[in-house]
Amino acid sequence: MLRPFTLHRPETAEDACALLATLGEDAAPYAGGTELLLLMKLGLLRPPHLVDVKRIAGFGDIADGTRLTIGATVTHRTLERSPLVRARCPLVASVARHVANVRVRNVGTVGGNLAFADPHSDLATLFLTLDATVELVSPRGRRELSLAEFVRGPWETARRPDELLASVRLSPWPTGTGAAYVKFGVHERPTLGIAVALRLDGAGERARVADARVAIGCVSPRPMRVEAAEARVNGVAEAELGDVTGAMADAAAESVDPADDLHGSAEYKREMVAVFVRRALRVAVARARGAELSASFPHAVVA
Amino acid sequence: MNLTMVVNGSSHELDVAPHSLLLDVLRDSLDLKGAKRSCDTQVCGACTVLVDGQAVSACTYLAVEADGCSLLTVEGLADGEALDPLQRAFLDAGAVQCGFCTSGMLLTARALLRENAAPSREDILHYLRGSLCRCTGYRKIVEAIMTAARTTR
Repeated sequence: MLRPFTLHRPETAEDACALLATLGEDAAPYAGGTELLLLMKLGLLRPPHLVDVKRIAGFGDIADGTRLTIGATVTHRTLERSPLVRARCPLVASVARHVANVRVRNVGTVGGNLAFADPHSDLATLFLTLDATVELVSPRGRRELSLAEFVRGPWETARRPDELLASVRLSPWPTGTGAAYVKFGVHERPTLGIAVALRLDGAGERARVADARVAIGCVSPRPMRVEAAEARVNGVAEAELGDVTGAMADAAAESVDPADDLHGSAEYKREMVAVFVRRALRVAVARARGAELSASFPHAVVA
Repeated sequence: MNLTMVVNGSSHELDVAPHSLLLDVLRDSLDLKGAKRSCDTQVCGACTVLVDGQAVSACTYLAVEADGCSLLTVEGLADGEALDPLQRAFLDAGAVQCGFCTSGMLLTARALLRENAAPSREDILHYLRGSLCRCTGYRKIVEAIMTAARTTR
């Protein structure tokens, strides 16, 4: 059961922000409700006002340019099936296909996912490897923050009470990038999510890894890029990758900040980080070569 | 708030509160008890109904969101006494045991077949993620959906 609230349905971002400014902490932005309504049913949140942002023009759009702009109220399902997303950021579409279940994907939105800042968010983890920025609008104007600045910690963002998340912008990888997102777990939300992207520069045996990007979610207070792991493989010849993947996996395991919880002990999670970084790397390297590994890992989804 | 929706082919005009959940409106106002409240967190699929053909969890969906939409619940699947091919296939395959998940399974399968008339076993398993059955082990449910897909094509 939900407690009574007033539902506002502004049609412009200006009206929505004005409502948020007036109502302050009494209002919560609302789109798909797949996270918000759950917390309200539990009584953990009790906003007397919901501001529905789904009618705001442009919030449901996906636009191409140097970067790909995804409006805040685009659903996971739209992301999964958008020809533009599939062409420009194919891994985003295939990760969206594996978010939660089809009912959540039909209703839940990209902006809601990011603004909720669940440390287990698949999209937030993947987006870190796409240099994502978020656009926030308020009565004071617009500002753009990197996703790393926006997500501050578990369920905590840099959004001010009168601000709305309008869109997220992704920088598609250069042609030839191979990438993989691997998520592991047996619960409703993943225990671990790892994104790896890289290019192979040069031909044949002399090809070297360039522009490696590694992001890890679920096992720290917020999803994070792991530069220490990226540094271990950048510039390494493909033929010698086997010599450094152990060090790369160790660097990743040392960088994360896991807690003991239902998903497992912190020690177990560090071990799984090392295991799955190696696996995600193998898939990404194969894809950079234009090949697909037929690997399947127990309790894991490879997107 | 005024809510106009077509449910299983019949038009309804209702006055609902903004915080009314679709599941409660269907069960209590329209007396359609096929959708079940179970996990109440969009994890299990027992409350699945179709809104404009798309599967949603009625337990976590504001009724006012369905304004102007066409809904299908399990009560609307059969045409009078004639069962829907999915219902027929579930019966024939033995895909129903306690029956609690069945209405959600049928509607989820209906949404899948609308999008993909010839799903593979893997497509079906992917689509059924989040539709939990504690009796059948899923094997017969998947078989039934494949059979229904063949008979409908």
